[in-house]
Amino acid sequence: MTKSYEEIPLTPISDTPSTVNITGLWRVMKPVVDKEKCKKCTICWKFCPDVAIKLVDGVPEIDYQYCKGCGICAAECPSKCIVMVKEGEQ
Amino acid sequence: MRMVMTGNYASAYGAKLARAEVIAAYPITPQTSIVEKLAEFVATGELKAKFIPVESEHSAMAACIAAQTAGARTYTATSSHGLTLMHEVLMWASGARLPIVMTNVSRAMAPPWSVWADHMDSIAQRDTGWLQFFCQSNQEVLDTIIMAYKVCESAGVMLPAMIIEDAFILSHTSEPVDVPEQQLVDSFLPAYSPDLKIEVGKACGFGSLVKPDQYMEFRYKAMLAMKDAHDRILRVEQEFKHVFGREHGGLLERYRCEDAETVLVTAGSVAATAKDVVDALRANGQRVGLARIRAFRPFPHDEIRSLASKLEGIAVLDRSYTFGAAGAMFTEVKASVYSCQKRPVMKNYIAGLGGRDITPKILSRIFEDIQVIAKRGAEDEVEWVDVAGLPRRWR
Amino acid sequence: MGKTTIPEDEFTYPGSTGCPGCGANLVMRYLLKGLGERTIVSIPACCWAVMPGYWPSNCLKVPLLYTAFEATGAAISGLRAALDVKGVNDVTVVGFAGDGGTVDIGLQALSGAAERRTDAIYVMYDNEAYMNTGVQRSGSTPWGAWTTTTPVGSTHGFKHETKKDIMAIMQAHRIPYAATVSPAFPEDFIKKVEKAKSIKGFRFIHALSPCPPGWKTNPSLSVEIARLAVDARVFPLYEIEDGKVRITRKGKGLPLVEYLKVQGRFQHLTEPEIAEMQKGVDDSWIMLLLKESSGT
Repeated sequence: MTKSYEEIPLTPISDTPSTVNITGLWRVMKPVVDKEKCKKCTICWKFCPDVAIKLVDGVPEIDYQYCKGCGICAAECPSKCIVMVKEGEQ
Repeated sequence: MRMVMTGNYASAYGAKLARAEVIAAYPITPQTSIVEKLAEFVATGELKAKFIPVESEHSAMAACIAAQTAGARTYTATSSHGLTLMHEVLMWASGARLPIVMTNVSRAMAPPWSVWADHMDSIAQRDTGWLQFFCQSNQEVLDTIIMAYKVCESAGVMLPAMIIEDAFILSHTSEPVDVPEQQLVDSFLPAYSPDLKIEVGKACGFGSLVKPDQYMEFRYKAMLAMKDAHDRILRVEQEFKHVFGREHGGLLERYRCEDAETVLVTAGSVAATAKDVVDALRANGQRVGLARIRAFRPFPHDEIRSLASKLEGIAVLDRSYTFGAAGAMFTEVKASVYSCQKRPVMKNYIAGLGGRDITPKILSRIFEDIQVIAKRGAEDEVEWVDVAGLPRRWR
Repeated sequence: MGKTTIPEDEFTYPGSTGCPGCGANLVMRYLLKGLGERTIVSIPACCWAVMPGYWPSNCLKVPLLYTAFEATGAAISGLRAALDVKGVNDVTVVGFAGDGGTVDIGLQALSGAAERRTDAIYVMYDNEAYMNTGVQRSGSTPWGAWTTTTPVGSTHGFKHETKKDIMAIMQAHRIPYAATVSPAFPEDFIKKVEKAKSIKGFRFIHALSPCPPGWKTNPSLSVEIARLAVDARVFPLYEIEDGKVRITRKGKGLPLVEYLKVQGRFQHLTEPEIAEMQKGVDDSWIMLLLKESSGT
């Protein structure tokens, strides 16, 4: 929606968190975590470029709103407990 | 305090009195004594500022933009190739709505290589969204720098300004200048305090990507600001007059135009010479006047229109040329006049390029010519003055 | 278990519009973890100027100044001058630019800022080409790489000029601290950032930034590639502090081909060409070891 010239600042000031961009919609593949197998090494959280992994008691929770499905978490997981599946499947 | 000083020193004193906080500048003839003087002020502690000896003019303006966004009042100075090198970031400064003030010592562009007075460098920046003031005296240079900060920092404007001195004619020629007391300037010009600036801990981006569906609205706001600048310039000058006891003619300084039949419109130091010529011709009974474009941006459309409606002829002397068209000031004056009910005859005189002297004799000849043309119409709308090889003699 | 090896606080939001698997996202994330909240970042035209999103979206939790392409060195000088004149002195000023904006069009301003000993940290995130504009070659593109302006063809094939050694250029400016970092080694990365933060003067960080579309790699391999670069000694991890080189990770010494074979941008290389490249890597590694041992 185009804002009226009276409603915008003098120059583009960006003060809205980027969480307005739902980058999860980009996904073709998505990571699925086997929480039983997870050794809580925190490596997946460490390497996520999109801050789309949250640790809950050391176990990753994927934020599917923003996860782009790059697959780095699955590739780096030493216990191989993250698997990439096609978006829409489980 | 009354001192004898060059235009360049007047710029330096102006920036000092305006309490510029960050100065980023690169040397170029004939601007160098401005930055040397300011470096001296900073080194002795006379001016509490940070001086950044940048490695190019482009970086000078880029550094000013960054410092200004962080809330500091900035100043820089340049000339000719330095100004044109900055062109990209001049656009940035105005788009970012930053009230940076800069002196441009207007000098010819190369090749041919020249260090002398010419307005082509300044005129080439007319699309950048900067306010442009052409000065005719060193006093005006000092005063206009102080006034420019006040105009530009007002909430309705927030645009940058360039104060233009003619190379060598003003920059290196000494004139008596009244240098006001710091206290008086402080009472006139408060500290720079913008609403929007970089603040540590405040997540905020300055200058990001805007889609086609929103860009125009930002430009529209800048247009309104430039429009606002017109009245703001007049108001600030009245305030200045009240505090310091002098003024410089608003956007269009009119000299003996009230009952004139023909008027010469021009800008810069040549206008001062032209006033002497007007006096001489008036003594001979010729009804001539001079209108000096002091603010080229915002362009004084209304002032030109109200002046033109009473005249038979207007001569516009451009100290620059827009190849493929005509002198820029002529083009814009003519555009203003288009909407007048009664339109005077108009002619463009291209003179003084590359520091070519515009003598009183040449100016007299221009006045003679326009008076003739006002009666019978112009054959050529644009004439190059004092070019060797052309049939007409001007000296 | 469950203990992180790097600081937990995040200074970037999700929703950055970087490509899936973007190395530059990791570079910024680790940089800000090391620097904290009292940071101002200046970003020129580059991928990262687009990644925060269209106005008014911003994925950084710290102030961000967008600038013209070549202006990073000048902008950080201006920022620091303004902070100094206002008496604000507990803020880290960061210039965050791509390789193009640093070694090519930005080199002059970088050199000026370094020579003036501007108190700031300049981070070059190196994806080894002009990625934002579509993978054109830069002065930082390695010998042998395909890019759109060094395409592989019968008369003109791939980039035949070697990569500019920006660390050597920075060393020649005699700055107090310079370091190379790789997003595959975040602990080393953040330690170097924290060290840089504690030093006054001009500091430079050269960060390798794998780029899936530009390097023609699988997005899931971005970290692995950043690891292989170190292990194959294409991108050694070292610091230069007060002129002295110190290697922080020797790497396994893998054959270069392990690094090249997972990247589409090197697929056209013949065995002799790979051998020539290997020799280049070996020579540079020996030079680096010599620099370290000779104390220069």
